[in-house]
Amino acid sequence: MLAVNNLTKRFGGLTAVDHASLIVPEGKIIALIGPNGAGKTTLFACIAGFLSIDEGDVQFLTTSVKGRPVHEIARLGMVRTFQITQPFSRLTVHENIAVGAFQRYRHRKEAFAYAHEIAQQVGMGSILELPAAGLTVAMRKRLELARTLATAPKLLLLDEVMAGLNPTEISEIVDVIKNIRAQGVTILLIEHVMQAVMGLSEYLYVLSYGKIIAEGPPADVVRNPIVVEAYLGHGATGGDSGHA
Amino acid sequence: MRRTPEPIAWTGHVLILAVACIFPFVFPSPFMVNFGVLALFYAFIGQSWNIAGGFAGQLSFGHVVFFGAGAYASTILQVRFGVNPWIGLPVSAVAGGLVGWLIGYLSFRAGLRGSYFALITLAFAEMLRIIANSVEITGGGLGLLIPAKPSVANFQFPERVGFYFLILVLVTVSIAIAIWLKHSRFGAQLAAIRENEDAARALGINVFSEKLKILILSGALGGIGGCFFSQYFLYIDPIIVFGVDKSVEMLLVSMIGGAGTVYGPLIGAVLLAAISDTARVVTNIQGLSLVIYGGLLILIIAFLPNGLIDLIQRLTKRRPK
Repeated sequence: MLAVNNLTKRFGGLTAVDHASLIVPEGKIIALIGPNGAGKTTLFACIAGFLSIDEGDVQFLTTSVKGRPVHEIARLGMVRTFQITQPFSRLTVHENIAVGAFQRYRHRKEAFAYAHEIAQQVGMGSILELPAAGLTVAMRKRLELARTLATAPKLLLLDEVMAGLNPTEISEIVDVIKNIRAQGVTILLIEHVMQAVMGLSEYLYVLSYGKIIAEGPPADVVRNPIVVEAYLGHGATGGDSGHA
Repeated sequence: MRRTPEPIAWTGHVLILAVACIFPFVFPSPFMVNFGVLALFYAFIGQSWNIAGGFAGQLSFGHVVFFGAGAYASTILQVRFGVNPWIGLPVSAVAGGLVGWLIGYLSFRAGLRGSYFALITLAFAEMLRIIANSVEITGGGLGLLIPAKPSVANFQFPERVGFYFLILVLVTVSIAIAIWLKHSRFGAQLAAIRENEDAARALGINVFSEKLKILILSGALGGIGGCFFSQYFLYIDPIIVFGVDKSVEMLLVSMIGGAGTVYGPLIGAVLLAAISDTARVVTNIQGLSLVIYGGLLILIIAFLPNGLIDLIQRLTKRRPK
């Protein structure tokens, strides 16, 4: 469904993403992990069209989306969320989600009805009329998810939807994500929280200093000494501290 | 804006329209009808600002640029080429819309947002003011005088009440547009753009084209306002129709009444007209009304950031429950 080939992004002299390639097959949950500053969010921004690509290509469905504007990519069915949540603050939860739903439905009644449905699906059905500005972090993350989901995407790019959440909130949102996948939406997620990624994804890519340094099923990847080293620093592979 | 919009409350709208229709018969004196015309005129040009500034968050400091373009377009056609001002009316809408397209295309393409966009509109208004001041076809600084030939066919109503009902029709149309924005997909997308452009883009909204559309619409309304103004006062010059005063009035009536609301500009406009007439009767200090109005704006921003309409809604909400 999505194929990223040798994608490179430079900021002046700094190469933020260095010939990264990855593949997201339809119907899967694929995770992209890596230490802070590895370039995960930059890679996401390049894929979704927010940043220009210096080298390489992004294939979505059957076409190249390199150089196409964000809104066109979104209309093709690839929609991202933001790590730092970007709610429409002065609109209510319902209106926020309806903006997404309006991409699918022309009429207000249908869009709001669909937005209501989506809200219930992500557990926001009881706070529809609250303004988005007053939501907790956990609820803002859900709102990001709901809004993008309401556009009826084919591929969701989730940028750290679990960051800053407590374990209960994480397990709740993991269920929501599993539920989304069950409806046939393919998911590529960036995550820091290892525990969540292990339970969710079928395949993992590890990014470090802009390069993909490892890939494979989660159970294999976490045992990979290169990965452990990238996360915990040189020498960490010697002991039994590889349970990060 | 704060809660999910309910189905359109037609009875309220019809009631307000009915009151506006009866007004000149209850207060038939020329002074009061003139007051009504001015209040509705401010409401109309305020709404022109509001649909771009309030609904779509594209705040402009130089909204008069559309107003002036419309005023000069219809007046030049009439005075220089003998074109009937009723034809000038749609032409002024096109002129305002074109200026909207030009400013929007240039500044949105360049990614100018917020205060940068506001300053660009101001710069355009000043530019057109200087041009109007220097070229011959506009009559330069002397301005253009429309010869008085009172007849309805000539857009000069022998009775002021004719102007009153014309501007009432225009205000009704502008409020209908605002209601439509409040309840349509287009309006929802504009609200999203106002709140967060990046997030709007990420959801598939073509931010550039939506902003351009609303600025063209807003510009067209502003242009019509300019045409009406010329016909009512029969005189325009660069400072009157491209000066900062009108821009300020447009955004003041919206912000005081409630930006991004359907009736905000009307509420603000009635208040502005009332203050300005009272100030003129009580003293003859030029511009005192705007001083009072400015002070009021400070109070409103401090205590009612969503405008007077917020106060009205709070009061009416409390009573039934």
